[in-house]
Amino acid sequence: MPANKRSISISTLLVYLALGIAALMFLLPLGWMVSTSLKPLNETMSVPPRWIPSTIRWENYPEAIAEMRYFWRYAANSLWICVLSVIGTVTSSALAAYGFSRIEWRGRDKVFLLLLATMMIPFPVVMVPIYGLFKDLGWIGTFKPLWVPAFFASAFNVFLLRQFFLGLPRDISEAARMDGCSEFGIFVRIILPLCKPALLVVALFQFLYSWNDFLGPLIYLTDQRDFTLALGLQSFQSQQGGTAWHHLMAASTLVLLPVMILFFFTQKSFIEGIATSGSKQ
Amino acid sequence: MTASERRNLRNGLLFISPWVLGFLVFCVYPVLKSFYYSLCDYSILSPEVFTGWQNYVDLAGDEVFWTAVSNTLFFAVFAIPLGLLLSLALAVLLNSKVGGRGVFRTIFFLPSLVPMVCLAVLWQWMLNGDVGLVNDALRIPMNAINSLLGSDLRPPNWLSDARYAKWGLVFTVMWGVGNSVVIFLAGLQDVPTHLYESAEIDGANFRQKLWHITLPTISPVIHFNLIMGLIGCFQVFAVPYVMTGGGEGPGRSLLFLATYLYQNAFEFWNMGYACAIGFVMFLIILTLTLLANKLSERHVFYAGK
Repeated sequence: MPANKRSISISTLLVYLALGIAALMFLLPLGWMVSTSLKPLNETMSVPPRWIPSTIRWENYPEAIAEMRYFWRYAANSLWICVLSVIGTVTSSALAAYGFSRIEWRGRDKVFLLLLATMMIPFPVVMVPIYGLFKDLGWIGTFKPLWVPAFFASAFNVFLLRQFFLGLPRDISEAARMDGCSEFGIFVRIILPLCKPALLVVALFQFLYSWNDFLGPLIYLTDQRDFTLALGLQSFQSQQGGTAWHHLMAASTLVLLPVMILFFFTQKSFIEGIATSGSKQ
Repeated sequence: MTASERRNLRNGLLFISPWVLGFLVFCVYPVLKSFYYSLCDYSILSPEVFTGWQNYVDLAGDEVFWTAVSNTLFFAVFAIPLGLLLSLALAVLLNSKVGGRGVFRTIFFLPSLVPMVCLAVLWQWMLNGDVGLVNDALRIPMNAINSLLGSDLRPPNWLSDARYAKWGLVFTVMWGVGNSVVIFLAGLQDVPTHLYESAEIDGANFRQKLWHITLPTISPVIHFNLIMGLIGCFQVFAVPYVMTGGGEGPGRSLLFLATYLYQNAFEFWNMGYACAIGFVMFLIILTLTLLANKLSERHVFYAGK
């Protein structure tokens, strides 16, 4: 039936058109950011907008770094907090997820429901007492409030890892138990090596979370030199008062760049991890 | 309990002990303490003084608080449904048999990776009244209409106009829906193809298939994204805070519950009051989540149940 065939191709065309327009909408702001970051200041204000600057001004980048004063310190601080948080959450969440999936114990599933329920508690609700706790410990103005909690397993990561652990056949644990392997031995020698992709996903999510976190650094860090990149960028922006947009966009691009690079190398794990987070068991 | 049951219980608890500790220290303790503080006059600098329900009574008569509540509700009422619709529509488009699906999915996902502070700075620039890209795009149709009708339509000065600031924020967060697109797409790909095939044999069109097969089958995913949207929207903070240069926007139009809570806690050192705001926020989220669960009992279809 030629009529039918034509209508199918028209609908396919429409789908492509819609996807193309949407893709453009999603990409343009990123392109605009990079474009602005390479312009001379006067061209950022030109109407109608200029996409390609008359001269590509790479100097905006070193200038923005210099204006932020502690840029490299911010980067080092962010990286350090990210690394510690990743180590903390991967080990502690994997342990907890194992306890919630590979061992049968009475009340396990009720406790797991409790864990899921904790995801509903917004951080602002518990922020004041946690701040008070860290203050009593003398941790305000240090990085500790930003990474120590990661060592106590986050509900979301436990949930994610549990999904993967449940997918492994029961028999492999049983066989190891028969051979007299301890539970911890099974965890370290059998389950973890099989779940490397899932551990990578959790590591990536945590890295992203710590890199992006704004409220945490805002309340816990007091000395400008201890700021993370996210907080440093915000303080740069509020000092600027919205004038030197070429420098602000250059700084934003630099803060975003490590995340993009990380994403391009780990795209598949990333997307799979996000897809899993929405599947309920 | 047999010996092996006891051993399993002990091992299980040992394995989850990091989480149990964290749960007690970073969840149970602060929630209880926060509730207690919400009944006190507390500035963190001096010991708290118990004042009963006074903070809540003050909240009820606090105009700024009600502004924050109504701003937050406005934001949630538009951002959540629009976000769900947009991400579902994009996922459905991606799920039709098109080439380059992976590329499109990556493009839609990319913006959701942008750190909140960058996102806010970038969109502050995008929404600039004079030279922002958004207004440049809007001027094209507006000028056409103007020259046709002799009218005087002008794009708004988004973030510095109290009437439009929240819409600016809604657009901004729409750009970050990529996360839910990926989740929806995964859900769509799990819909058994034989359902579509038998529907096609019965002569079902696209709309009928969407309404009677796709939506019911992925309803758990819609429910999941809805709850995540709820929790996220009611604690929105970083983006409006950064967009307004650490403030609350023109005429407090970008003052949200979390912003007001933050101001009270760390700018006015009115910690007890801040905790009371936190509890109101928590109650709203809890009520709406329970409501969504109640609705889902009727409308969400779980395979195998």
